[in-house]
Amino acid sequence: MKFGIVVFPGSNCDRDMQDALQNDMNKEVVMLWHKDKDLSMFSTNDCIVLPGGFSFGDYLRCGAIARLSPMMQSVVEFANKGGKVLGVCNGFQILCESGLLPGALLPNGNQQFVCKNIHLKNAAGNIFKIPVAHGDGRYFAEEKVLDELENNSQVIYYYCDDKGNVDKAFNPNHALRNIAGIKNKQGNVFGMMPHPERAASPALGNTDGLKIFKELGLN
Amino acid sequence: MEITAKTAEELRLTAEEFELIKQKLGRTPNFTELCAFSAMWSEHCSYKNSIKWLKTLPRDGGRMLVAAGEENAGLMDLGNGWGVVFKIESHNHPSAIEPFQGAATGVGGIQRDIFTMGARPIASLNSLRFGNLKEKKNQRLLAGIVHGIGHYGNCFGVPTVAGETYFEDCYATNPLVNAMSVGILQVNKTVSATAKGKGNPVFFVGSATGKDGIGGASFASANITEESTEDLPAVQVGDPFQEKKLLEACLEVIDTGAVVGMQDMGAAGIICSCSEMSAKGEVGMRIDLDKVPTRQQNMKAWELLLSESQERMLIVVEKGKEEAVLKVFDKWDLPCSQIGEVTDDGLLSFYQNGELEAQIPAYDLVLGGGAPQYEREYKEPGYLKEVAGFNINSIKDIESNTELKSVAEQIIQLPNIANKRWIYVQYDSMVGAANTSTNAPSDAAIVLAKGTGKALAVTVDCNGRYVKSDPHKGAMIAVAEAARNIVCSGGEPIGVTNCLNFGNPYIPEVYYQFVKAVQGMGEACRKFNTPVTGGNVSFYNQNPEGPVYPTPTIGMVGVLDNPEDKMTLDFKNDGDMIVLIGTQKNDIGSSEYVHKIKGIELSPAPYFDIDEEFAVQKFISSIIKEKIIASAHDISEGGLMVALLESGFNRNLGFDVAGDVEGLRTDAFWLGEAQSRVVVSCSKEKLQELKHKAASAGIDIAVLGTVTSSAIKINGEDFGDIKNWKNRYDTAIEKILSN
Repeated sequence: MKFGIVVFPGSNCDRDMQDALQNDMNKEVVMLWHKDKDLSMFSTNDCIVLPGGFSFGDYLRCGAIARLSPMMQSVVEFANKGGKVLGVCNGFQILCESGLLPGALLPNGNQQFVCKNIHLKNAAGNIFKIPVAHGDGRYFAEEKVLDELENNSQVIYYYCDDKGNVDKAFNPNHALRNIAGIKNKQGNVFGMMPHPERAASPALGNTDGLKIFKELGLN
Repeated sequence: MEITAKTAEELRLTAEEFELIKQKLGRTPNFTELCAFSAMWSEHCSYKNSIKWLKTLPRDGGRMLVAAGEENAGLMDLGNGWGVVFKIESHNHPSAIEPFQGAATGVGGIQRDIFTMGARPIASLNSLRFGNLKEKKNQRLLAGIVHGIGHYGNCFGVPTVAGETYFEDCYATNPLVNAMSVGILQVNKTVSATAKGKGNPVFFVGSATGKDGIGGASFASANITEESTEDLPAVQVGDPFQEKKLLEACLEVIDTGAVVGMQDMGAAGIICSCSEMSAKGEVGMRIDLDKVPTRQQNMKAWELLLSESQERMLIVVEKGKEEAVLKVFDKWDLPCSQIGEVTDDGLLSFYQNGELEAQIPAYDLVLGGGAPQYEREYKEPGYLKEVAGFNINSIKDIESNTELKSVAEQIIQLPNIANKRWIYVQYDSMVGAANTSTNAPSDAAIVLAKGTGKALAVTVDCNGRYVKSDPHKGAMIAVAEAARNIVCSGGEPIGVTNCLNFGNPYIPEVYYQFVKAVQGMGEACRKFNTPVTGGNVSFYNQNPEGPVYPTPTIGMVGVLDNPEDKMTLDFKNDGDMIVLIGTQKNDIGSSEYVHKIKGIELSPAPYFDIDEEFAVQKFISSIIKEKIIASAHDISEGGLMVALLESGFNRNLGFDVAGDVEGLRTDAFWLGEAQSRVVVSCSKEKLQELKHKAASAGIDIAVLGTVTSSAIKINGEDFGDIKNWKNRYDTAIEKILSN
């Protein structure tokens, strides 16, 4: 699997993502400039990553401008053809803004930026320690949409404690139903607030991020 | 408009300085020219009241690649063709008036100093001071300043990896915001802040210029009074997204090979960059102010020269290579326009509407050129007699283990000691995926310098109360503690950047603190072979009630040639031995205990002997390299008690320790802040080796006890579970803020 990482002018986790994929996972990576459009070097077996950061400063709603960029038009086409797309943090926000994923990410419940290690649980009950770093990570959608997401097993991660207890106390941003990450119905577009690329190297004392890439089938 | 000495005084120049300007120009300056001098000869730009003493600091040697003050930030050798660039700067005055933007632009300014040299910033630090946290006004300042730092740094994308925050009454009107940035570069790609080559075009890049921040440099060179809020336009407004683009574009433009010199526009804006770059290259510039992109109409020449609008750079480009430069800035959607060219007459000539608005020799404006340098009078402050009169026997010692426990419970919850997580979770501390301290805490933050194979150890330190009690010794302690933090983390200290926060330099007692502190700092930096690569002086941290504690913040950088040599601060295993390295003293001077619990305002600085300190650090270094110990944590505020608790928190491990030394007070033993002491842990098997090595190195060590699974026992008495202590430590600041 080959990876493309979209670089917006305010992306600041693009290089970390590149480092994790290239050096920690030994993958081929192509950096993609937001003004370009060409994704012809990728097949639907490949994956396009929207990295974290502040794509266009996020002075407007996070991701609202990024979704209009030329490259995003191609990413939407790529996703609709079945290509894999992963959005992390700001990337998740962009995926929601561009309609590839349902719902929205609102300012954190306490109106403050938060950066720390948190724990995630997947459908199989596995627990991962992964960092978050965001000001707008409160996942929101209508009740009907939330029910649908859960009924279709589209919630890929819930915030929990180190034992796997899903509770508001361990939710860093007041996301509805403790939702940290979701996928689309077809299962080829993934969005998550936590940063697996920041937990991909033994030198940083945490490699749970590698497990995330693996279990999402992005490896 | 007639220009007189009175006009000069209104611009915060003195009558004597006005005479000097007339002499230098051979005529009376016009208003625009006088404004230029006012900004460039302000303390902030000229260091006129401090440079004499700054020159006594060790300013070269070691790994330094450029001498102090030569460039925007210090540059030191990392080996293999790599260098580390770092600097600390204050943004105290703006933050006092407008905490959010003041702090945000402080972060922005220091980042530009780093990338203007061609380095990519990889770590930010900050050192903050506030008044009593229980007061709402100080809580608002804290919230605003922390939000501002986070807002700018998080978006810009450099991790905030370390910092320090103190709360003392003297900082209530004058909070201190010192921001430090550390970057790395390939040495052969370093860009100098110089202008050269007659006819080379001068480009202006970045945000359009507005009226914000006009007079910021001279604003920062005055006391804060009730009228200061009327200076609000002197505070700038930051745009971190613009700066992020500027960073990437500047690093990219350097690769074109077309850049002759580059400098950011910070304090004193265009006039500062033009004059400093020209003076350094011994050239002049002809600048057409009509070509400066503006965000307001009808800006006057003096406004354009002095505006401190953020996120702007001045770049001198090799003639004929303009296209390559323009292409890069176009890619990043950054406005870039040629505003003039380099001349060989040494004159800065500013034109507007075809008229010559100002013409000044660049040399006359700058530090090291025509800017005045003063020797200020200094006099020992009277309060030092009160310090000297302190008698330890006037303080009743702690008499029982119950009392010790109750005092320790108070101390662990003091805002100066308690966990600062309410602050630091608001900063992105992990972007860059290089901060190894997130999952393995150490006394200094250890950040991987990706691409170099090495890691950097970074820290900021200064206990202002120690410096007030003894300016010379207190400043030495600030340097020593920074070095100790780096050494305890497995690093080798290599250099210092300083941020000297003092009161009004025209008050002899304040200037005394400055002089003695600089002398102490110089002595310590020479001892540790950590030259001062640059920094910043912030005077006038003073209000009608007096000056702040003298606060010479030390930013120190160290290197780990092998990142695996890192040492962490936390106890590792139940049953490991806990050993105190260094000598216990009968000393409680200037401790949190004596100041906050006993309410004694003035007492001597803690015990400190520089040779003893140096020997302890050498010893710690060697036992880390030889892998004898499992953890190392230096003893600082709160003494041995706090160091033990902090060593236990990360893994929820407790300790069973006892201490009773003949002739030593109980409070001094557990809570004294005598320097040059470190708590280490090691396996039982390594203890003999440790003892043996200490004996041959002539270092005092004492076995205090053992690490436990979670219970804390002191002198056989049950002190409860580590988790309860951790909970008090973690939540103390949050509790105060939610009240």
